[in-house]
Amino acid sequence: MAIAPGKNQTAKQPSKLNDPRFRALLFQIIASVTVAGFIYWLVNNTLHNMALRGISTGFAFLNNQAGFSILQSLVEYDETHTYGRTFVVGLLNTLLVSGLGIFFATIVGFTIGVARLSHNWLVNRLAMTYIEIFRNIPLLLQIFFWYFAVAINLPGPREAIQISDLAFLSNRGLFIPRPVFEEGFGITALAILFAVIFVIFLARWARRRREMTGQPFHTVYVSLGILFGLPAIAFIVTGTPLSWDIPEMGGFSFSGGLAVIPELFALTLALSVYTGAFIAETVRSGIQAVAHGQTEAARALGLRHSWTLRLIVIPQAMRVIIPPLTSQYLNLAKNSSLAAAIGYPDLVAVFAGTTLNQTGQAVEVISITMAVYLTLSLVISVFMNWYNARMALTER
Amino acid sequence: MKVKMKIAAIAAVAACSMAAGTAQAGKTFDSVKSKGFVQCGVSTGLPGFSVADDKGQWKGIDVDVCRAVAAAMFGDASKVKFSPLNAKERFTALQSGEIDVLSRNTTWTYSRDTSLGLNFAGVTYYDGQGFMVSKKLKINTAKKLSGAAICIQAGTTTELNVADYFRSNKMTYKAITYDTSDETVKAFEAGRCDVLTSDASQLYALRIKLSAPDNAIVLPEIISKEPLGPVVRQGDDEWFNVVRWALFAQINAEEAGLTSGNVDGMKTNKDPNIRRILGLEGVKGEMIGLKDDWAYQIIKQVGNYGEMFDRNVGKGSALGIARGQNALWSAGGLQYAPPIR
Repeated sequence: MAIAPGKNQTAKQPSKLNDPRFRALLFQIIASVTVAGFIYWLVNNTLHNMALRGISTGFAFLNNQAGFSILQSLVEYDETHTYGRTFVVGLLNTLLVSGLGIFFATIVGFTIGVARLSHNWLVNRLAMTYIEIFRNIPLLLQIFFWYFAVAINLPGPREAIQISDLAFLSNRGLFIPRPVFEEGFGITALAILFAVIFVIFLARWARRRREMTGQPFHTVYVSLGILFGLPAIAFIVTGTPLSWDIPEMGGFSFSGGLAVIPELFALTLALSVYTGAFIAETVRSGIQAVAHGQTEAARALGLRHSWTLRLIVIPQAMRVIIPPLTSQYLNLAKNSSLAAAIGYPDLVAVFAGTTLNQTGQAVEVISITMAVYLTLSLVISVFMNWYNARMALTER
Repeated sequence: MKVKMKIAAIAAVAACSMAAGTAQAGKTFDSVKSKGFVQCGVSTGLPGFSVADDKGQWKGIDVDVCRAVAAAMFGDASKVKFSPLNAKERFTALQSGEIDVLSRNTTWTYSRDTSLGLNFAGVTYYDGQGFMVSKKLKINTAKKLSGAAICIQAGTTTELNVADYFRSNKMTYKAITYDTSDETVKAFEAGRCDVLTSDASQLYALRIKLSAPDNAIVLPEIISKEPLGPVVRQGDDEWFNVVRWALFAQINAEEAGLTSGNVDGMKTNKDPNIRRILGLEGVKGEMIGLKDDWAYQIIKQVGNYGEMFDRNVGKGSALGIARGQNALWSAGGLQYAPPIR
């Protein structure tokens, strides 16, 4: 408060401009107004010029009939739906491939990352080779490889690789039996839910009892029994209300069953393998960041190697791993937009591709698409920050 | 490809916002005149229409349309620069001013003509959509295609026509859409799809790209009207006139029997129609803002419509497509140009 003028100093007050706090505020206001004004001018000018050139503007096109078909849709969609619906279809496909990619990349990354530190020479070198190969080849090439060289070079539907007439793998994708839930399956579903909740409480109770009394409890076996037993009883009692829709060869390809299209397969594989290599390095560095003394101390206490890893090393390593892991997840979600290169109908291919081209409204479509990726990244980021805060060192 | 498209889209925004209120008629004409060449948007490689040979020289009917425009503008058909574009990038590239004319097997439709801020200057090729299937499927009509997987290039009218055709015939299909026609061919060859669909002319062009062209056949059904032609920006009438009349001059030349071979000798011909086309009497070049011999230069350097057709897609080419609908009106086709007078 030394700079603020006192009450008695009214006679010779220094210029406000010499007050750094005032000056900082002033410059921030000027900068904000300039940026806002520039954006306003940009938007206004774009609209004005597009109108001048007879280019349609606005979002009314979202209600028009799309008239084209999309290869894979998680919601009901056909040619008679609107452009707005194509957005939803594309978005869900993007979320699907990002979700699957993140899931598998995490598994691959943690496995390879731990293997990289293995004392077994072969395992160690294999992990290193994996990391160096897949981290250093551009992702687009890997996608092309898994798609054009692997997925669509599988045998045709008539010569499909089959597993006992139930599952078929061909260049049209993987066809597996699809469960058909009949009336009364709800009770089984309810039983599963109940079993899960029960097991969670059981595990908590068992841990508390162990901490209080030191008596162990066979949580794993009891939990498994409940998880499988309860739904099984409900399932049998309600009269097995589940049948399978088995894929059948007919006409050009298989019909029925659940189809995993080769585009989804190739893209998920490429994203998981590529990002997995980066995650593996993150995991390795995280584990190595834990001081060696920690491991030695655990050994001195007589903990087994696997326990040391699980109880001492990993929890501490996670604090180092999570922030870069977040970046990898964000990259994966954004990289999924390379889907268009192999015809996977993601948001960029469907909405920023076909819809943009059929309507010609580039500015609107690209703006929406950019907003979606921004939102998606922010959501992942917020979630990972929350998880990071939870895992952070709690000082007592 | 994706990146390029986004850049094009951003460029569109940037160009629209920066050039505040400068979209008056005559802008393109003047800018082409002053920069000394025509920037022409073509495909990324479609034999017969626009394809770069091993020396990097662009060839094809769409390429010749641009060369004709350059011949009319500068008296030199080589003053063209080509921008290869995929189907998704093409309109944005034209709207943003990245190219002066889009000559890229583009179908003239109501919505493209009215809502994109573009104008179609004419029809260089009357096309229609067809289907190509593998011979071993033993299918000879498109009516038996229910349940088939179909490879399509994204961002084309093709996507919509297929949907209409299958819907109206109560058939189902799976559409696999790729960015470029090369990818559709690769996927078709690998057997990812049973059918490749595109404009019939393109099917013939893509067929010769297959490793074994004889194993594929084009089905007889033509399911749509696809008039292909050059496109310019709307509200740029002087430039529109040049592009439109460059094509009309070629059609008129074929009708009058003028070819690149005989055009010099025809200068002494007494036929007033021929003399008008060659700019020797009657109409003046200044009406369109060009020299009097603008049409002569087109015929001399690029040839008449028939020559252009035969050389690129017709008898004289690997595609060997018959004139059919693209014959002159006087020979039972649809090619008809208003007279030069």
